[in-house]
Amino acid sequence: MEVTINNIRKEFDRFPALNDVSLKIGSGELIALLGPSGSGKTTLLRLIAGLDFPTAGKIFFGDEDASHHSVQERNVGFVFQHYALFRHMTVAENIGFGLKVRPSATRPAKAEIRKRVSNLLEMVQLGGLEKRYPNQLSGGQRQRVALARAMAIEPRILLLDEPFGALDAKVRKELRRWLREFHDRTGHTTVFVTHDQEEALELADRVVVMSQGKIEQVGSADDVYDRPGSPFVFSFIGESSQLPVEVKDGAILFQGQPIGISGADNGAGELFFRPEDVSLTDVQDALFGKVTASRRLAGTRIAEIDIANNGHPPYHVEVEVPLQAQVELGSEVRFRPTRWKIFKK
Amino acid sequence: MSDNRRITFRNPADERPLAKLTLILLSLAFLGFFLFLPLVSVFVEAFRKGWTEYYEALVEPDAAAAIRLTLMVAAIAVPLNLAFGLAASWAIAKFEFRGKAFLITLIDLPFSISPVISGLVYVLLFGSGSLLGPLLKSWGIEILFAVPGIVLATIFVTFPFVARELIPLMEDQGTGDEEAALSLGASGWQTFWYVTLPNIKWGLLYGVLLCNARAMGEFGAVSVVSGRIRGITTTMPLHVEILYNEYNMVAAFAVASLLAALALVTLALKTLLELRFGAGNAGGRH
Repeated sequence: MEVTINNIRKEFDRFPALNDVSLKIGSGELIALLGPSGSGKTTLLRLIAGLDFPTAGKIFFGDEDASHHSVQERNVGFVFQHYALFRHMTVAENIGFGLKVRPSATRPAKAEIRKRVSNLLEMVQLGGLEKRYPNQLSGGQRQRVALARAMAIEPRILLLDEPFGALDAKVRKELRRWLREFHDRTGHTTVFVTHDQEEALELADRVVVMSQGKIEQVGSADDVYDRPGSPFVFSFIGESSQLPVEVKDGAILFQGQPIGISGADNGAGELFFRPEDVSLTDVQDALFGKVTASRRLAGTRIAEIDIANNGHPPYHVEVEVPLQAQVELGSEVRFRPTRWKIFKK
Repeated sequence: MSDNRRITFRNPADERPLAKLTLILLSLAFLGFFLFLPLVSVFVEAFRKGWTEYYEALVEPDAAAAIRLTLMVAAIAVPLNLAFGLAASWAIAKFEFRGKAFLITLIDLPFSISPVISGLVYVLLFGSGSLLGPLLKSWGIEILFAVPGIVLATIFVTFPFVARELIPLMEDQGTGDEEAALSLGASGWQTFWYVTLPNIKWGLLYGVLLCNARAMGEFGAVSVVSGRIRGITTTMPLHVEILYNEYNMVAAFAVASLLAALALVTLALKTLLELRFGAGNAGGRH
């Protein structure tokens, strides 16, 4: 099921939570809505589900205008952040709930519901737990029951709100892989919300980066990491440093001095680069500063460098250095970005 | 290691034995004197002249009428307040709307004003000097000094009980479960029946118990609107007072013992609920 979101605006008490958001989600895609808290990602998910309604704009499911359809009419599978399992019902009753409440014309027979429930439980690898109550399950098991319950209604799309937020790191990693397999097997159009970039980049076909009620960039993990479209995306995804620079006659100047790299558009801007896209050098035309700390990060070493800012607090940048490099605290290091991006002011 | 000295750890919140004992004795003495003793004396006085006198006092026509009236008033007031309390707490806990704070204050009103005033309000509304009273009377409807007045006054006095019990419970539970049910295709009514109601049933039952106890025991407000026509508009508490004023102690305390027994049954049911479903659930408090 394709989902098209056209110029959506959502206000809570006149405070805009979403501002003119448009997005096209392809059939069978696995999409992550990524952003810091308050960026509007959960609001967008709830609008797609029909749990909230937009102040302006339209939402299409395929060719059908679903903007004014209720959550029941939209037939979406929604997995809530804290699962919202019905605590007075067994696992089987929870999963069968969506079938049991159907009008009698479309409601499957009891035996049929039982069969479907046990199939779904097999699918989420929880066979045999039919009679348990939610409080007798672990966090990861609850998560999968919630997913099975959402899948029971044969939804047109699957929506997940911070699906791994309440789990510990190890279970989270396992479930992440499991959800990817599950998606590839069932082929449902899936949208999930997360504030964890690693989760979004690893799991999703496309990542929608959001900030302050707007979509900053939509793209694959490679797109948003290697070709960030805005200063926000550059600093939000992965590690990065930024410095104010000026481009003059093709040369990039920092504090009026050339630093050995060149840019196209003249004028003031903000230079962004990642710690790993840097090479140490001895030449004069380069950035330089004092090492204030260095830390070992898995297979690499990161040096924290302060660049003097005549009298003002120094600029702080992070640079990846070879493991065997001598980076004594207080020593001066010269370096040049090898890949960078300038965003005009 | 064979160390004979036992190391004891004291809970930092624990008090010394003497202080503990004093506190326990003090509260026991207080409860015994102010609660247990009066309760016992009600039953002692009621049975002073034996079982037959006790039984006679209860089946005597006026007493029987008072019991019937009390049961009837409770049977009308409690279900109405159950419905009202559910609706009000649903609205307050699950929706945001203008005037919500005002509604909460309004619900508390019967708790904060004297029951006598509550009764007088109905006298003002439906009395002979009012606009409504004579009009209704011309249609043959008696409110004051009749059963409808008693029912109205009882509803007024008891309406906070269910709502007060449910609002904190429902606010605590939020709307997550309801949203889940709706997203699974359940209608509003199905959501209420299968999800909301099971989540609040013990709090609801507790609220109804309290509401019922008060509905049967209310004196002040009912006393003002009833006119105390013996055998017609006297509820059990009113009947007790009439007997008491006639120095008919055994009969007065016999009827009073029924009300006391009601209180004890309510208490027992409440304790049972708490035992069965955990201290936090039955009362809906945490």
